[in-house]
Amino acid sequence: MPVDQSLVGRVFPPTRPYVVTAEGIGTFVAATGGEYDGGPAPATYPIVLAFDAMNAFLEAESLDLYRIVHGEQKFGYERPVVPGDVLTATLTVSSLRQIGGNDIIGTTSEITDGSGALVCSTSATLVHRGEA
Amino acid sequence: MTAPLSLETQTYTITRADLVAYAGASGDHNPIHQDEQVALGVGLPGVIAHGMYTMALAARAVSSWFPGAEVVSFGCKFTNPVVVPAEGGVDIEVAGEATEDDGLTTVKLTVTCDGQKVLGMPKAVVRA
Repeated sequence: MPVDQSLVGRVFPPTRPYVVTAEGIGTFVAATGGEYDGGPAPATYPIVLAFDAMNAFLEAESLDLYRIVHGEQKFGYERPVVPGDVLTATLTVSSLRQIGGNDIIGTTSEITDGSGALVCSTSATLVHRGEA
Repeated sequence: MTAPLSLETQTYTITRADLVAYAGASGDHNPIHQDEQVALGVGLPGVIAHGMYTMALAARAVSSWFPGAEVVSFGCKFTNPVVVPAEGGVDIEVAGEATEDDGLTTVKLTVTCDGQKVLGMPKAVVRA
């Protein structure tokens, strides 16, 4: 079933505040074969927040995660993420197209800190694979 | 703008165990990154790496070339899946070319697996 076109422009509720810890960053770095020695998180770390928002979006729209493939990802950073940050992501559906039985869903997620200041703006294109 | 500077190509290996660890660390538990049957069932060639895993490796290369540099922007398309075998691993090569303009360094990346590009137009801008 195609995704409902009325989703475009919809803003989803902010994710629950997420506390960034050195341990959490260390686990993320280790998973990609690196070693974390303190300081700012690596560039793709904010995806943890974006995923949280995307998972909530998929659940709200009853979309199956296993049918989703990542098409594109962009990050624009206001500042690096550091341990002690308390972050929240707010997802907006920015575009929706249907191509060859697949839904191409454009999303943006604004990641803000405890003071409400923008830390990172991300955009993701999600490909929802239709049933064969 | 400075003349493009070629950066030393970095090679990383991805294993199934890495994908399991990354699922836990990132919160992306999509089974297409762990379960062969699910992956094949949605028409994929096998268990594939998270696009974000490959992108993280590209970021790792950038930080090895520009240690401590603040990243201003980073983006790519996921154009070809990286199939990760059940045994052993798969190698990803990250090549880069840097140009500097007005205090910002733009790194154009080429990320390949078995000689095939897997990321589309991967680009990072850093304040080196």
